[in-house]
Parts: sequence; structure tokens; C-alpha cells
Amino acid sequence: MDDLLLTLVLTFDAALRVSTPLILASMAGLFAERSGIVDIGLEGKMLASAFAAASAATVLGSPWIGLMAGVIVSCGLSMLHGFATITHKGDQIVSGVAINILAAGMSIILGLAWFGQGGLTPTLTYDQRFHSLSLPGIDIMDNIPLIGTIYRELISGHNVLVYLAFIIVPIVWWVVYRTRFGLRLRAVGENPKAVDTAGLSVTKLRYKALLVGGILCGIAGAYLSIAHNAQFTRDMTAGQGFIALAALIFGKWKPYTVLSACLLFGFLDAVAVRLQGVVIPGIGEIPVQLIESTPYLLTVILLAGFIGKAVPPKSVGVPYIKEL
Amino acid sequence: MNKPQYAIELVDINKRFGAVYANNKVCLNVEEGTIHGIIGENGAGKSTLMSILYGFYQADSGLIKVFGNSLQFKDSHEAISSGIGMVHQHFMLVDNFTVLENVILGTEGGALLHEGLREARKELTRLGQEYGLKVDLDATIESLSVGSQQRVEILKALYKGAKILIFDEPTGVLTPQEAQDLFRIFSALKNEGVTIILITHKLHEIIHITDNVSVMRAGKMVAQKVTSKTDREDLAELMVGRKVLLQVDKEDKDKGEVLLKVNKLSVLDENNIFRLKDVSFEVHAGEVVGIAGVSGNGQSALLKVLSGISNITQGSVEILGQKMDSKNPIFPDKLRELGLSHVPEDRLRMGLISEFSASENSIIGYHNDKQINGRFIMNNAKVRNECAKLMEGFDVRPADPDLKSSNFSGGNQQKLILAREFNRNPKILLIGQPTRGVDIGAIEFIHKRIIEMRNSGKAVLLVSVELDEIMSISDRIIVLCDGHISGRVDAKSADERTLGLMMANAYDTTNNLESN
Repeated sequence: MDDLLLTLVLTFDAALRVSTPLILASMAGLFAERSGIVDIGLEGKMLASAFAAASAATVLGSPWIGLMAGVIVSCGLSMLHGFATITHKGDQIVSGVAINILAAGMSIILGLAWFGQGGLTPTLTYDQRFHSLSLPGIDIMDNIPLIGTIYRELISGHNVLVYLAFIIVPIVWWVVYRTRFGLRLRAVGENPKAVDTAGLSVTKLRYKALLVGGILCGIAGAYLSIAHNAQFTRDMTAGQGFIALAALIFGKWKPYTVLSACLLFGFLDAVAVRLQGVVIPGIGEIPVQLIESTPYLLTVILLAGFIGKAVPPKSVGVPYIKEL
Repeated sequence: MNKPQYAIELVDINKRFGAVYANNKVCLNVEEGTIHGIIGENGAGKSTLMSILYGFYQADSGLIKVFGNSLQFKDSHEAISSGIGMVHQHFMLVDNFTVLENVILGTEGGALLHEGLREARKELTRLGQEYGLKVDLDATIESLSVGSQQRVEILKALYKGAKILIFDEPTGVLTPQEAQDLFRIFSALKNEGVTIILITHKLHEIIHITDNVSVMRAGKMVAQKVTSKTDREDLAELMVGRKVLLQVDKEDKDKGEVLLKVNKLSVLDENNIFRLKDVSFEVHAGEVVGIAGVSGNGQSALLKVLSGISNITQGSVEILGQKMDSKNPIFPDKLRELGLSHVPEDRLRMGLISEFSASENSIIGYHNDKQINGRFIMNNAKVRNECAKLMEGFDVRPADPDLKSSNFSGGNQQKLILAREFNRNPKILLIGQPTRGVDIGAIEFIHKRIIEMRNSGKAVLLVSVELDEIMSISDRIIVLCDGHISGRVDAKSADERTLGLMMANAYDTTNNLESN
């Protein structure tokens, strides 16, 4: 019984770690899409930021500088997306795909040129990356059955970025629903003309939203290479940017439901890892590939019919052209 | 007061889009505390002028004075802060926001919303009482009627401190009763010293409620008059530049056999909502039956079903003796062969392919006609010649069959569609919104042609949101409200008030008294 409990707790624990980049990236997407800009480039921005963070951390020796580098690169790509789609009213999907291709290519080329390790960055030392924090009071809590285990294994022992991701969700909710910026953000994604005629700049608002998204996405990328792992590897995002986007749609562009979607996807991923090599009586060993594809399959199935109609912000994907 | 105080003075405003002058040395004086009408045909430059005044566009040259102060607006924000508010034709509201949120957008009064919302609630309650603008502040926009949404727009402008309110075609989407309510609000606003600018193409509104009127034509201001010293014919002539017949002449005519019979027709749309409920009527040869109603009450569904585009859910339709029901649909091409022509409501989406040339558009729907097809290829020279003839007959300008359809004005596009549909000598004509976005000169022409078709023994079903149009062309009028027939009247005995009540389904047929 205790064994089962521990397995369960550890699976949830892994789910939190896997969910973290999804949460950060989908919150980034939430800002972009609530402002009316499709952010299919989440994947590329995460990848670029993961590479930048690992490189900077290796060379300069501090995870915080790495994090900053990741955020700067991600914001830079966000602004590029903005320049193409807001200033020049380009197609948002095309621009996003371009960013994804750019990031995939550039991270490998620069990695080869700088470190010569086949596109990888050198493995980070202990000081160069974020590591687990032990929350206070574990010893006291340990005396309480169940809660002690949960506190020690599930709540405590994560790195700072994991906690940040979970703190950010209520903050995002508060910003979106309780502040002036949030009101304008929601308005510009629904009806930019209403915003324009209210005497506000659609362009500025959308750039601001992309910038906030850039910061969050940068943290997500840095988490992958300098917190969750200890180096940058080729294509290490492995579609997580797209999963984040799926979570955003799945969660209907609302912070808390998006969080639940991210946790669900994270949990499925963690379960998939646990199930590898498990032999099911009568069927035999489940192929690894099948298990690994489960979260993606489920995404498709859930999105296809089980969540009801997801109504996106009305003007998402449409460049704003001033006319009467 | 000897010298009138001007709320707005515009001097020599110029605005060019490419080579076209949208505004050419336009001058305008609006006295403070008056209702000032601006009238003109589509493309005369009214909207551009107002957009310049509202800071949405910048003039190339010219002077704007508001309450005597010379101003140069860089954006709408500056116009708003100088006391100008605008109620757009298409409301500038965020559908899933509450009334309150919509009102404070842009003037939130701080980085956090809480305080601003509280202040706004107090102020809006006061404004609502003062001007008789009653709206539920916590309702979302999408749950409100069009009339209420318009009141939100007015509240929004007043909340931002507007002393001058510009209304762009405000009654286009309203029922006659809602329009009356709006005009009552106008009076209340005027009594409080608010200046109102009303842009419209409806002459009777100008005559009824404005103090002064300015007329625009082809980018120029052609006249400014005191309303009490002018009349409709005078204004129409100024707008068009020639004499216009506002009344359609039509002689009485005996109607012939029934060509179109609709029997207990019900139609479900893709969201499983009944668009039409148990609708029955007949159209005889040689008569025009007008379908009146506020836009979105089943008219579109009716046209789509009768033209074979949508399927019938229950009931049946008999077209020239052929029965059509849910099990036996007749497709549009077959119906066209039978002798039914359809002028769709939305000419850009269903009537034309705007990227095609006029000649290509002149055969759409009839492109399989043997007359214009060889064994393998289409006889393009013939298509072009036929189109040139059509264009001449229907006065489509410019008469160039090779010109892309999107380069014609709305009126000329519509004339091209009418030419195409009328030319095939149909027995039944379905006509939707024949004069939407069409200028007065072309309206006169189109109405005459419709009457001609009636006189030559066609059965005409006319759907229009313009009550004037319905009343002047139709022989009989059917009113649709929420998908069912809420009234039937003979056009001769119809008046706007009765029709308006029927459109709102508030007409008590048993004792002819207004219910509620």
C-alpha cells in the first residue's frame, strides 16, 4: 500500500516537473492570443531560449545569467514576430513557423560553431544550473502520515522555476481580469476597432502582450536546459511548444483551465514514462512508442470532441488594418 | 445671442486616397446645441469627413476648430478629450464584455480596475437617469438588443465627456419604434446642450429631427441649409445633382395565377435553431410581395430555402407547380431552369465573385447555357458582347465588360446582378435587399425595373429591411418576426407605425390595439 502511494506521489511529482515548461509557455501564449496574435512560434522561442540559457550559463557560470539570456532571446524573437505580424500585418502562422525553423536551425549551427559538440552545449556543472530547493519543515511534517510523504516528495524538492510557474498562474489571472492592461488586452483580441476608437493604440497593446509572452516563454525554455536538464540538446523542446498551444485551446484561453490542461498533459507524460517496460498480463510489454505517443493521441482526441466548443478571442489571427 | 456659437468649424478640409479626393475643400459649421444633419450618397465623403473630425484619419490639409479652438487631431484620443464622441454605424463594442467594462475601456482611471468600475457605475447611473438611457450595466453586450447596444455607445461617449456626438447612420439597424426612442434621446441630449451631428441617407429623418442640414456630393460640400426652409425633393436633387423621383409610380394590376406557394414551412439552421416557423404564403403572377422585418428574423433563411440553397426541415414549397420538401430538394440550377431567378441579399458574398470581370460575373449561374458554350470551350467573345448589351440596358457604369467587379460601385454591381437575373426572362423573382448600399439615383432605377417586371406578369418576392422600399413597391406586405409571420397587410393600407409594431411582434391583430 505504501509502495503504491509512493509510486503515485512520485508520478505526480514528475508530472509537476514536466508541466512546468507547458504552464509557462501556455501562459505566454495566453497573452499573445488574448491580444489577437496567434503564437505558433512558442516552440521555436522555447528552443532558442533553452539554447541561449545553456550557452550563457556554461560560459558565464551562473544560472541567473543563463535565465536572463534565454528571456532576452525569446523576447527578441517575440518582437520579430510582432514586427512581421503587427507592423507589417503579415500572416501570423507563416511568421510563427518561420521562427520555429529559424530556432531549430540556428541553435544547432551556433552550438556547433561555439562548442563543437555536435550541436549540444557542454554539460552544466552544479553551480551553473538551478537545483532543487528543500522547503523548511520537512522533518516536522514527516511525522504526519501521508501528508508528510506528499510534502517531502511532491511539494518540496523542486527548483525555483517550478514554483515560479505555479505562482505565475494566479498572477496572470489577476492581471488579465483585474487590471487596466488586462481589460485592454482582452478587448484588443476581441475587437481591436473598439480599442482603436477608444483612442488606444492597437499596435502598442499587441507589442506589449508579445513582450510579456516573450518573457514567460524565455523562462520556459531556460527551465528545459538549465533546470530540468543540464545541457542543451538538439530539438529538446520536442513539440512542447505545440502541446502548450494545445493546452491553451483546451483551456479555452482562461488561466486556471489552461493550468489544468497543462497538468493533465504533464501527468500523462509522467505516466507514460512510468509505464515503459511494464508487462501487462495477456498483452505483453507495451511498446515504448505507443506509450510515448499517448499524450499526443489524447490531445488530438480531446481536442476533437470532448471539450465542447472552444471559442477563441474573436480577432485572433487577423491583422488589424485601420479602415471604416 | 446675435452671433451663433459654433461647436465645430471645418475649413477647407482636403483628404485624398490615392488619386481620389474623398474630401475636397470641405467646409462645415455646426452651431452649438443643435442637431445638424449631413446627407449624401454613398462615397460622397460623409464618413471620411467624420473620421477626420474624430481623429481616426488625418486630413491632408485644412483647419478644425472645436468650440473656437483650433485643433489638429493625431488620434481619436485627442478628439475624445476635446469633447467629441462618435456612435459608429457598426458598434465599437466588445461583445463578451459587460456594459460597464465597455464604457470604461480607454478611461479606466488607474492601473487597477476596481476603483474605475465603481466610479463608472455611479456616473453611468446618473447619466442614465438624466438622459433616459436605461441599460443593465452588468449585462454582456451580446445579450442586449441592438437598440440597447446603441444606448451603450451613447453612454460611452457621454461618460468620456462628449459635448458633441456624431451618429453615423444610427437607424439602419433599428426598428421604427427603436428609432423613435433614439430620436427622443436626441431631444433629451439637445435640451442638455449637447450638439448632435447626424449622418444619414434617409431624407425623412433629416426633415423630422434636424435643425440644419449639409449636403455632400462627390467629396464636396454642395449646400448647407436650415432644415425648415427645405424639403425632401430639394435635398434629393442636391445629393444626386439632378431631379429624382422619390415616389414609385405604379398602376393597379390584377394578379394572375399562383406561381409560388409556401406551405407551413419550417427551417432549422446548422445550430439547430428554427429560423423559420410554420410560414405559409402565396405569390401570384403580376404582384410584388414584400417581406418586412428587422434584419435577422428569418428573411435570409427564407430566400435561401426558396432559391434551393438550404434544405427544408418541415413543410413544402411549390414553385411553378413543382413541389419541393425535405425529401425532395430541388437544386438551385434546376430552379433556375424552371424559371426562378434570385438576386441574393449579400451581393459580395453570393451575388458576385469580386475578383472576376463583369462579363464573367454576367453569366455566373448560367455558365452552362448552350448559347455561350461551344463543344469544349466557352465563347468568350459572345459572353463579352452579351454583357456589353446588358450593361447598356441597365445603365451599368463604366460600361466595360472586362473591368474587375470589385472596381464597380455598389450600385453598379447591383445593377449588373439585376441585369443578369432579369435578362433570363424568369417567371419568379426572389430579390433580397436590392438597394442596400446603393445610392439614390440607382435606387430610383432599380425600383422602376422591379415594377416593370411585375407589370410584365412576373411573381416578385422582395425582401428588404428598408420599410420605405417595401411600402412603395409591394402590393402586399408580410412581416417576419423571429421566424414566423407576425403580420400581413395590403400595401395600400400599410403605415410605418403598424408595420413597426408587427416587426416587434407587438401588434395585436384581434382588436388593433398596441399591446403592452
